[in-house]
Amino acid sequence: MKYLAKIEVSLKPGHTDPEGNTTQHLLRELGYSVDAVNVSKAYSIQLEADGLREAKVKAEEMAKRLLANPTKDNYTISVEMQK
Amino acid sequence: MKLQDIRVLVMRVGGTNCDAETQRAFQALGVQAETRHLNELIKQRNLLDYHALVFPGGFSYGDYVRSGAIFARMLSAKLGGELRAFIDQGRPILGICNGFQILVEEGLLPGFDGVSGYPEVSLANNIPQGFKCEWVYLKNLNRGKCVFTSKIPQGKVLRMPIAHGEGRFLLPKEKEEQLLQKLVDEDMVVLRYCNKNGSDADGKYPANPNGSFHDIAGICNREGNIFGLMPHPERAFYWWQQPDWTAQQFMPQFADGKLIFESILEHLTKKL
Repeated sequence: MKYLAKIEVSLKPGHTDPEGNTTQHLLRELGYSVDAVNVSKAYSIQLEADGLREAKVKAEEMAKRLLANPTKDNYTISVEMQK
Repeated sequence: MKLQDIRVLVMRVGGTNCDAETQRAFQALGVQAETRHLNELIKQRNLLDYHALVFPGGFSYGDYVRSGAIFARMLSAKLGGELRAFIDQGRPILGICNGFQILVEEGLLPGFDGVSGYPEVSLANNIPQGFKCEWVYLKNLNRGKCVFTSKIPQGKVLRMPIAHGEGRFLLPKEKEEQLLQKLVDEDMVVLRYCNKNGSDADGKYPANPNGSFHDIAGICNREGNIFGLMPHPERAFYWWQQPDWTAQQFMPQFADGKLIFESILEHLTKKL
């Protein structure tokens, strides 16, 4: 069966986000009252698996093995079946 | 072993740069140096024909996901066994800039408890934000473990260029001080960014160009045979690569980066 896994990788709290800070600065320059900007990366992954449980396990593995650096990144995963 | 019998491999993939300069630096010192694509190594299975391995700078696989992450996973998936044997035999591995990022992503550096297989530290986005291409001063802090700095006296200040957007050395926040202590105790800290006179950069830009924790620019593993650094020694090999060469009356023929290459070759000639 085909599944769509969405994995979002973001910085752990307490880590400085220079890209977010620079973006926030510019948005303020443009006149928006922006308190904070955090940049994250979102991956939409189409995969094959025998059931939702296996799809989730695979997505978790992908996040751990490649997409997130455990030193500084958190990640969230959502998986849904594709029609 | 004689210098001319030593074989150095510079491993490249799409997006690698400075492989030619790195190869030339080794060749200029009288050893055999070759640049090979990762795919050639996978096909020919001949990694163990080489005495030293270098991951040069650049933007391997477009720096996608994180700098060095894809190259590192490709290595462990396709060449893991040979690489493991190479490391277990204590053969030296150098990672320059993107090469350092690859070694970190592969878990070869720092390798607090040996090869981890996942990143134990990170080389994060620079602070101040952005790509930095400039000359910096570095101090050798190593007490003698690192085989790539054996010819450099402890405390000596070196000048080399950096060129990266993701070079901010970070330890996991929750264990920062404890792991720094471990790096120092095990003699794994090699190069730190510093001021021209050798005084501490104290995390301040521009002496510390990327916001690295403890001003760390380069570290080695516990055994001292794997070394990664953000600056480019191969771009500071000849006198004419330095930015102020036209303004000087006299300059020594070679620049500071040469010492890194000489150190590892001295180690190899003695050991093999």
